[in-house]
Amino acid sequence: MTAMQQPSGAEILLRALRDQGVEVIFGYPGGAVLPIYDAIFQQNSIRHILVRHEQAAVHAAEGYARSTGKVGVVLVTSGPGATNAVTGLVDALMDSIPVVCLTGQVPTHLIGNDAFQEADTTGITRAATKQNYLVRRSEDLARTVHEAFYIARSGRPGPVLIDLPKDILIAPAPYQPASAEPHRSYRPATEPDPARIKEAVRLLKGAKRPVIYTGGGVINAGDAASAALGEFVRTTGMPCTSTLMGLGAYPSEDPQFLGMLGMHGTFEANNTMHGCDVMLNIGARFDDRVTGRINAFSPGSLKIHADIDPSSINKNVPVDVPIVGDAARVMEALLAAWHADGTRQDRDALAAWWRQIDAWRAVDSLRFTQDPSPGAIIKPQHAIRRLYEITRETGRETFITTEVGQHQMWAAQHFGFDKPNRWMTSGGLGTMGYGLPAAMGVQIAHPDALVIDISGEASVQMNIQEMATLAQYRLPVKVFILNNQYMGMVRQWQELLHGGRYSESYSESLPDFVKLAEAFHGVGMRATGVDDLDRVIREMIAIDRPVIADICVDQKENCFPMIPSGAAHNEMILGPEHQDRTASITDEGLMLV
Amino acid sequence: MPDDTPPAAAPPFSGRPAPPHRSATISVLVDNESGVLARVIGLFAGRGYNIDSLTVASVDAGGSRSRINIVTSGTDMVIEQIKAQLDRLVPVYRMAELSQEGPHLARELAMVKVISDGANRAEALRLAEAFRARVIDATVESFVFELTGGTQKLDSFIELLRPIGLAEVSRTGVAAIARGTRTLSAAPH
Repeated sequence: MTAMQQPSGAEILLRALRDQGVEVIFGYPGGAVLPIYDAIFQQNSIRHILVRHEQAAVHAAEGYARSTGKVGVVLVTSGPGATNAVTGLVDALMDSIPVVCLTGQVPTHLIGNDAFQEADTTGITRAATKQNYLVRRSEDLARTVHEAFYIARSGRPGPVLIDLPKDILIAPAPYQPASAEPHRSYRPATEPDPARIKEAVRLLKGAKRPVIYTGGGVINAGDAASAALGEFVRTTGMPCTSTLMGLGAYPSEDPQFLGMLGMHGTFEANNTMHGCDVMLNIGARFDDRVTGRINAFSPGSLKIHADIDPSSINKNVPVDVPIVGDAARVMEALLAAWHADGTRQDRDALAAWWRQIDAWRAVDSLRFTQDPSPGAIIKPQHAIRRLYEITRETGRETFITTEVGQHQMWAAQHFGFDKPNRWMTSGGLGTMGYGLPAAMGVQIAHPDALVIDISGEASVQMNIQEMATLAQYRLPVKVFILNNQYMGMVRQWQELLHGGRYSESYSESLPDFVKLAEAFHGVGMRATGVDDLDRVIREMIAIDRPVIADICVDQKENCFPMIPSGAAHNEMILGPEHQDRTASITDEGLMLV
Repeated sequence: MPDDTPPAAAPPFSGRPAPPHRSATISVLVDNESGVLARVIGLFAGRGYNIDSLTVASVDAGGSRSRINIVTSGTDMVIEQIKAQLDRLVPVYRMAELSQEGPHLARELAMVKVISDGANRAEALRLAEAFRARVIDATVESFVFELTGGTQKLDSFIELLRPIGLAEVSRTGVAAIARGTRTLSAAPH
């Protein structure tokens, strides 16, 4: 075949994407990527969703990826297109979300010349991606795309960026199908070491006060991991808690589930972690939101840590039994070894441990008081509870995304999940503005599902422009704003730690969200009193269009329980009655975020 | 209540005794793709690890693989973390801490310029002979010595030359290799 007969780089790119099973791209055009957009125009198998800001394209791809288990794909132009995508890339890196981001670049002969819309994209994104590439030769293009998808989804998933100079997109290029050969250097181990599994089972069988602590790794390992986890928890009778990222892997309503752990975790989850004698961590990373003061974290326990990423093991907390492997394979191996091991489990000790846990549970640390009288101000927790209960009544498949802050924690505490991949939130990076575009990506992947962005009035403004995208593609995403007219979590910390000096945390000059929804061709509604709430939620769910529901909630409500900065799991603040405990926060604690 | 006392000089997390630091020599075989060195250096800078010495050069005929030798220091936990972080980089084929896995050789080369006259000039030559440094450039006022050896040997030589006209030092950083039959195999791990 002569060069003249070969397809262009842009056509090769789309062919490689098709071969990788890509159905949707979230993107925004620009000069450097015009050849790709031209190729997109001339085909029908890959759908392009036009966002209104490149950051939103990445969050949408994250929502798509997290709700399907597939790789999310982003296409943006050079320079500002790429730099706008950086926040999304770091978000995906921190939360281990598989994303492939294609960026345009000035033609190779202009690279380094400060050309129009040139940025050193691979330089800027090196610390924002799992791996990135600058394609300098047409013959490398197809291979690089295939490799990027492999890297994004293998091992600990993450974002991979391919920078594509415009001349490479125009020049004819040879097509290469994905190779069946293993990657030359990147071959993450997925199969756990049987000796370590045996050792873990020995510790777990001998445990008197065990706990299973799961994280986002279980979600990333697919339905098989959640199924094996469920079977293991039920077989062993052990208590199970989860990080923010792991919610849904184990059903929230199950009595063996203790709720989320960590800074805003339940009293029973945190005390169980603190008092356990054997801890099994599956796919979580001992994040500082989870551990509290690190030298007081679960001081008396033997720790088993299974993670696909060896660098997560022994990073923050020294562990006794490290296991490198895929969470599904680890859970299945643990289950098999549990049955094979002849030792009897100490069921009496476990029963005593459950009595202790039930006593902690009786504290009812997520309690709140909602005044039921008509017109009474809505408690944010009540709003989430009702949202959960009403959506459950409908029986519809429901996906929840969030922004970042108090509403996010209340959603994690009060909305129950019984399946993986139904909960999309920015955990590691804590990106305000994540939820609306992420919901967009979820709705694209699940057109008939109920997709709700639980939001705050401050966060939602960070990517509010995506309401236009919802309108364009008729995506009936529901934006459920807990409007307390404050950057609530900032306000809470200022109240607890900075003497109530609410520096710049008041949401001044808010838009009228009802009118805003209408301006974006959606439906706006508002609940100001508790008697409006159920009606607004039901209406919102029933409408097959984008909706903003402005739920005006108690401005002063704080998110409890809380482990104050620098404190240990057994030093929780349960509510306003314990707020004076923050007086003992040291300078060390104050330094933490 | 305002507190007028100056902040304590002690580090913020002073409750625990600082764990002992050690030095580690790590060799990394990488794909010779653009940006791989930046990725390795960025890892160290971004996570606050030390780089005491760094060398990099292509080590195969086709120029497709490079070897990076890094001398770093930290607590055992930090060094284990550095190794795990290096090992998970996509372009890394193989990584080994030579200083941990058995006997190894570590060498660097220094070129040292001395500008002096009279007795100092003679003394510099005597020292060079004692250290088996070669004279690779000479003028009536100066010498450039070339010395190969372990880091400490180079340090000692340079220190001795300091009072007698040391003018400039250029060092390569450490290249390291295991003794015996062990190799940093090209085979993927």
